[in-house]
Amino acid sequence: MNEIPVRQVDAGPNPDRIYVRSTTGFYQKLRTVTLWTLMGLYFIACWIHINGRPLVHFDLPERQFHLLGTTFWPQDFFILTLLLIIAAFGLFFVTTLFGRIWCGFTCPQTAWTFIFMWIEEKVEGSRNQRMKLDRKGALGQWLPRKIVKHGLWLGVAFWTGVTFVGYFYPIRELVPDLFTFSVSTGWALFWIGFFSVATYLNAGWMREKVCLYVCPYARFQSVMFSPDTRTVTYDANRGEPRGPRKKDADRSELGLGDCIDCNICVQVCPTGIDIRNGMQYECLDCGLCVDACNQVMDRMGYDRGLIRYATEREVEGAPRRRFQPRTLGYGLGMALLLGTMATLLMQRDTLDIEVTRDRGGLYQTGPDATIENSYSLKLSNRVNETRELSVRVDGPEGIHLLEPIGMELGPLDSRSLPAVVRIPRRELEGMSTPVTFEVIAEGSEARNSAETAFIGPRP
Amino acid sequence: MSSFWSLWISALILIVVLGCWWLVWIVRRNQPSDRVENRSVGHEVDGIEELDNPLPKWWYWMFIGLILFSLLYLALYPGLGNYQGLLGWSQTKAWEQEMERAREEYGPLFAQYAGTDVPELAHNGEAMQAAQRLFSNNCATCHGSAGRGGYGFPNLTDDNWIWGGSVDAIKHTLTNGRQANMPARGINPNLSNDQLGDITEYVLSLNDRSGVDEAAAEQGKELFAQACSTCHGKDGKGNQSMGAPNLTNDTWLYGGDRDTIMETLQYGRNGHMPAQNQLSEDQIHLLTAYVYRLSGQHLNDEGAE
Repeated sequence: MNEIPVRQVDAGPNPDRIYVRSTTGFYQKLRTVTLWTLMGLYFIACWIHINGRPLVHFDLPERQFHLLGTTFWPQDFFILTLLLIIAAFGLFFVTTLFGRIWCGFTCPQTAWTFIFMWIEEKVEGSRNQRMKLDRKGALGQWLPRKIVKHGLWLGVAFWTGVTFVGYFYPIRELVPDLFTFSVSTGWALFWIGFFSVATYLNAGWMREKVCLYVCPYARFQSVMFSPDTRTVTYDANRGEPRGPRKKDADRSELGLGDCIDCNICVQVCPTGIDIRNGMQYECLDCGLCVDACNQVMDRMGYDRGLIRYATEREVEGAPRRRFQPRTLGYGLGMALLLGTMATLLMQRDTLDIEVTRDRGGLYQTGPDATIENSYSLKLSNRVNETRELSVRVDGPEGIHLLEPIGMELGPLDSRSLPAVVRIPRRELEGMSTPVTFEVIAEGSEARNSAETAFIGPRP
Repeated sequence: MSSFWSLWISALILIVVLGCWWLVWIVRRNQPSDRVENRSVGHEVDGIEELDNPLPKWWYWMFIGLILFSLLYLALYPGLGNYQGLLGWSQTKAWEQEMERAREEYGPLFAQYAGTDVPELAHNGEAMQAAQRLFSNNCATCHGSAGRGGYGFPNLTDDNWIWGGSVDAIKHTLTNGRQANMPARGINPNLSNDQLGDITEYVLSLNDRSGVDEAAAEQGKELFAQACSTCHGKDGKGNQSMGAPNLTNDTWLYGGDRDTIMETLQYGRNGHMPAQNQLSEDQIHLLTAYVYRLSGQHLNDEGAE
């Protein structure tokens, strides 16, 4: 492949800021759909109630996590670990196939940057207008636009913060509480403030710098790419040598490729790179330069796809390999873990019993040559309805509870209570005998048991 | 802490803090004035170069700030040996404040039951659930989670009481604690082991045990009257005002077999119930009701379940 000449492109009045030119086209439309959908979900999901209960509510004081009608408990946290591993495998899987489309089409950083840029464009105008405004705009023009822009940014950032906290502090209470200055915990206010400021700085000022300097994904993506990974690629074979020309000029006569060196692909890039320099870690795979270049190609009457989603092998003219072992590996790992998680979710107990043998003494002697042990039970009802529970105990012949245990336990409630077990002494074989407590919910299949030891005298 | 160790610790801490300051300062001072920006030290891997730049200024000032912070902290809080700090903060005071806050927060929970009589309270399911938690935290370690007692710890679920089971007696036990004192060989230190054996037989006979040596028990009866009846009574039925247990109902704190009774007689017993002064009056009132209920006395009350 030919060496591509690298050249610094005009960066605008402030070298630290990228003035992104907006573009239209298929990928921009796709991005608009995915980003608005995901952001919409974020802003709306916390408001939705189903059967009078919030769809998503992370109740930290009660240690209950309500998600899509199911309640998770701190002891279910390992499922979250699995979910994160699955997400990681999913990310790797997609990356081997399509590069960093996560970054370009779904990442929250991209989504909020997208909405902030959209506001910027509406208030300050196009790329050229913005650069002019910053370079030599009169104060009377500059100031009101900046005030409106930052005001809107802060508004979106504030609502992002409120929404975030709304997943922990029921948002239907939070919003009225907020406007009547009666929020019950200072932490809610702190986190609203924190996320407002963080969002404003992140999407308004940091933007691509987070992707370039903070995000680890950009740094390890290269180990997942292969010559068969489909990424935004400049077809240098077709484009070079680049150069300006009249629309009706004959390329082959001038000795030029298809690239007319208009730099539009650079101007639309949200990270400010030149895709014609080849694959770079800054590239988010967002496809904006694809859209921009296709427009130019259309205008020039050339074929589309000078910049396109392509694999390295494709651009080199090598045959495409359909399956890469690593893609299969990641996919298989993801499927396996998904199966595991589904199984774990199905087998999650909705009724729980914990048994602790009294630590103070070994045993008591009861009447009629029986031996007694005392236990502390903790029963937890993990469904959202009241249940009638009873407890029974299983072990050697003649084992019984001193007093039968039966109770009504409210929705998502738990209760601790003592239990005394008696066993005839002649039935005890050693000093320690295994016994089992079982809790049963009346009128349902739900049951659970816990094993413990029964201590008796030396035989 | 003796003054030597106090000085030793203070000196160590100050040397470390000043040492940090010295290190930061010396590194900064030794930088040549003609330093070139971004001069490479010659290491380069994969396009990433190691440059010989000084610590950024903000970083330097952060170090200085942290050193100042540590000095301020040492002035305000105890950290230098015996020096108590300007704020007068201590772990004990922090604990007391925390307890005070807990009392304020949870006090009303127990105060609502303070006006209710114990027998009535024992029928209040909600109150008994709260009391059960108090019992688990304060009593269950010795008496067991179900109050069934154990070796040396009385069973609270029967109607045999060492110090009395009336509401007032239970409350008194909880508030002031109890100290039992069974002297070795009763009140007659001159009893021989053979004589103690006779008393053992007599005590066994009081409980209608089989296999008792009748002749020895007869001897023991006289010795019992001399050495034991002052506290346990002539008939061995005990005396709750002294905490002397009833010896005729076959209920035993330390065990009722021959060997254990002999051991009790030979060496004495000193049961101790600590005063529950970590609990408030209202909490003790609630616990009294729980113990009252444990013993089943609430079943005899009027309007019982």
